[in-house]
Amino acid sequence: MAKKATAEAHLEAIAKGAIEPGCAKVDPILVADNVTRTFGGLTAVNVAHVEIPRGKITALIGPNGAGKTTLFNLLTGFDKPNTGSWNFEGRQLAGVAPHKVARWGMVRTFQLTKALSLLTVLDNMRLGAQDNPGEGFFRAFVKPVWAAKEKEITERAEALLKRFKLDAKSEDYAAALSGGQRKLLEMARALMRDPKLVMLDEPMAGVNPALTQSLLEHIKGLKEHGTTVLFVEHDMHMVRHISDWVIVMAEGKIVAEGPPGDVMKNQAVIDAYLGAHADVDLGTVSIDTVRESK
Amino acid sequence: MWGSFGFGILCAAVFALVLGIPTLRLRADYLAIVTIAAAQALYYAFGTSQFAAVTGGSNGLSEFGGDFYALNPIPKGRYNLGIISLSEKEVWVRVVAWGLVLICAILMYVLTKSPWGRTLKGIREDEDAVRSLGKNVFVYKMQSLVLGGVIGALGGIVFTLSSQTNQPSTWVSNFTFMTWTVLLLGGAATILGPVVGSAVFFMFLMLTQTVLEGLVNIGALPFLSIAQVGQIRYLLVGLFLMLLVIFRPQGFFGNKKEMQFNG
Repeated sequence: MAKKATAEAHLEAIAKGAIEPGCAKVDPILVADNVTRTFGGLTAVNVAHVEIPRGKITALIGPNGAGKTTLFNLLTGFDKPNTGSWNFEGRQLAGVAPHKVARWGMVRTFQLTKALSLLTVLDNMRLGAQDNPGEGFFRAFVKPVWAAKEKEITERAEALLKRFKLDAKSEDYAAALSGGQRKLLEMARALMRDPKLVMLDEPMAGVNPALTQSLLEHIKGLKEHGTTVLFVEHDMHMVRHISDWVIVMAEGKIVAEGPPGDVMKNQAVIDAYLGAHADVDLGTVSIDTVRESK
Repeated sequence: MWGSFGFGILCAAVFALVLGIPTLRLRADYLAIVTIAAAQALYYAFGTSQFAAVTGGSNGLSEFGGDFYALNPIPKGRYNLGIISLSEKEVWVRVVAWGLVLICAILMYVLTKSPWGRTLKGIREDEDAVRSLGKNVFVYKMQSLVLGGVIGALGGIVFTLSSQTNQPSTWVSNFTFMTWTVLLLGGAATILGPVVGSAVFFMFLMLTQTVLEGLVNIGALPFLSIAQVGQIRYLLVGLFLMLLVIFRPQGFFGNKKEMQFNG
């Protein structure tokens, strides 16, 4: 009983009023209104209202083609919406160039990992830092101007790499990393910027199960560091395991919202978007079963 | 003359800006197409009689380097360097040219080792990734285009000073493609590449000219006339460029892993 009560208190801390698609949050970090994007005759995104709670891990789920990645692209300035406005910490972000969005503390990663292959892992990390005077054209010629900052950045990069267990690879080209390690690198690189909101587009896609657990821990760790996380994911185990809040999209709209346990129980969501066996671990088919069936 | 020196560099920078604004948002191929087209357009513009008062029309200008040679500290006379012999003017041009090469190479080295260079490399790998990290990709591309234009202008200025003539017909697309060959020969994304590449390339050009002429003169190539030799060597250059692309895409110094033609 006591456990249930705390769980409900926890819920109330996220949503303000009734839990329904597009509901208001107690402390939203990102509020979007009327965001639409059409590709020809197809309406990829049509979000009337959505709020992302601050300091929480929010999962954005939905079937393929639901518009999750398009919404990511719109919110971060990588794509332009047909209509809509959204503000991040009270700042209007509609129409702002992607690099400025990142500078204001909203950093994203990509579904297809964009590790800078022919830069070393450490250089990838250093590139993530902001306000390096050596990145200005004229100041780049004068090393004393940027050497101190560069040293500080390198130390931070090394600390982060250690946290992500990539420190042994820091001098290797990013191209030499495995797919899962690149995902880690991309996440670590995004953290170099000290973002207020990290948007991870399918952080688990293509990551081997052994690495999944450590990735999950890293994402939880982000929350402990006070970073808000919004991620797109298909892996329901992961969604259930780490998210505080789940937003379900389908055909461009937000169709359901709520804490993971409740959303997963929502029959419409299960049937239409997750499949009827969403909460059943199908497990692996054992070789004996295969032999017997023969 | 010093005014025109500065004006030339300023023009290069402005030209790069004007070209870059519409094209840097597109893929690199389009930038290449536009620069070639723009060079051709300028060639025709400067060759018209409309501008003859300034540009000398298609005849161009000559004997304009007086101020430059007046600074020559090298005493008059012939200077023998092994198999070649140079006048004091020729020595002076070479000293200044190599001095500029050295300065540019050092500046480029410093720049590539700086965070600015690192950002540019990142942009080469993936623009969107660098954007997502809060860097203004367009500004970096523009800066590097202008920098390239200015270095090109320096080279062009020294080139015209050495012959003291400047005609629009010198700067046709042939010259552009020769420059590309030079860059690819040495290795893209390297510092010494263009330097050694240009030395090797122009030596190759001179050598083939001399050797072929010699062979024609002694009658070893009865199917060629002296006038055809000049053309034949450009055929060889084309062949050379193709072989280079196929067998050594990284050039002399390039890191094959790091840089091939298309980045």
